[in-house]
Amino acid sequence: MWEQIIAYFEMNSERYFLMLGEHIRISLCSLAIAVVIGGLVGVFCAGRYRIQSVAVPVFGTLRIVPSLAVLLLMLPILGTGMIPAVAALALLAIPPVLMNTISGLESVPEAVLETAKGLGMEQSEIWKKVRFPLALPLILTGIKTAAVEIIASATLAAKIGAGGLGDIIFTGIGLFRTELLLIGGLSVAALSVLTGVLFGLLEKAMLRYRNI
Amino acid sequence: MGYAIEFQDVTKTFRGAGRPAADHVDFAADEGEFITILGSSGCGKTTLLKMVNRLYEPDSGKITLFGTDISTMDVVKVRRRIGYVIQQIGLFPHFTVGENIAIVPRLLKWEKEKVDARVEELLELIGLEPEEYKNRYPAQLSGGQQQRVGLARALAADPKILLMDEPFGAIDSITRIKLQDELLGLHRGMEKTVLFVTHDIEEALKMGTRVMIMNEGKIVQFDVPENIIRNPADGFVKSLVESAKAKEQFWERFQ
Repeated sequence: MWEQIIAYFEMNSERYFLMLGEHIRISLCSLAIAVVIGGLVGVFCAGRYRIQSVAVPVFGTLRIVPSLAVLLLMLPILGTGMIPAVAALALLAIPPVLMNTISGLESVPEAVLETAKGLGMEQSEIWKKVRFPLALPLILTGIKTAAVEIIASATLAAKIGAGGLGDIIFTGIGLFRTELLLIGGLSVAALSVLTGVLFGLLEKAMLRYRNI
Repeated sequence: MGYAIEFQDVTKTFRGAGRPAADHVDFAADEGEFITILGSSGCGKTTLLKMVNRLYEPDSGKITLFGTDISTMDVVKVRRRIGYVIQQIGLFPHFTVGENIAIVPRLLKWEKEKVDARVEELLELIGLEPEEYKNRYPAQLSGGQQQRVGLARALAADPKILLMDEPFGAIDSITRIKLQDELLGLHRGMEKTVLFVTHDIEEALKMGTRVMIMNEGKIVQFDVPENIIRNPADGFVKSLVESAKAKEQFWERFQ
């Protein structure tokens, strides 16, 4: 097995890094879109409970739909390739970003916001210096969840011709080659874990003020 | 110049509320006075305070600070000229002690050296060693220390008016008495007009040069502490004074 894996890398390292690159690119694009949409909708929904009661279930339902189903549903709409994959993955990643943006912004204590106002800060300054920085750790947790979910689900994007590490896995399944399954699977797993750790460190750095 | 703070027939009713939170409130405070506002919860004392720095806007009536109608002034500018301390302290947890105190001076675009000097001066004033405490975060301070920093932050830009909303309400009684004495000492040394909201009659009588007693949105009595004790204006004030006396009798039983 070990030799087969080494042999694969000797023969196909260029192709491997190409697929790894594709995987990362698809993931990053989807994450960026999810962060922008989820973040903006979250900022809009925070404190507005009536809008939340509509928006949150809508995006929540999207989350229940299996990743593969969303990906395949994109086929008739957007065709094959990277664009439908990115769209589907972004859709899947919006809920965690949205929910955590809302809870992050709402977790900022009312007393802190009131003093900020009482001290004479402008609305924009309150957002920039108080509300957003205090909400950021929770928002980051949402982005981390979204990122890990995207990296895992991006494997399925190969099914609709978007490429990525899923290609190796599906080839492995098709040809019954365990080493390909291992290479693909472990790469995705490593990518997920790495992302999780990186975000974890970032969160910790940001919450330094809470527990020194 | 006129009065430091003047309310002229100010009324405020919150949406959905049965009666006004402030009902035709009329009073004036001279510069340098320490006015305690006493009442049970929901009596309108906090509303009154928050109308001074325009966190709430009155429905009718006029509020003037040193003769200027605050509704004609820029709201942010009004607030920067007024110190504000609340019970929950509201320190920014992600700012250090020094940064918290420096908020208003920085908003006012003071030069860096001036801000730093002011922060050190205030930390010394509230009895926290600057070198040791300047770079700490609020989470590393005790409740009493946090409220001291809250006070320093309110005093940072040397405001003429200080609004305090039950500042010592959540602090243990030993520290509270210490903070009360410190605040009184500080007040003696500066020409500031203080509005101090409390629901503790002993605190109100101890701290105030004059005490304002509120009930159901109205000022029931506004007088020096001695007169409040000697000549309670009505049954409500009387019951308040008697509650304090009853407490005293409770302690006398043990002597």
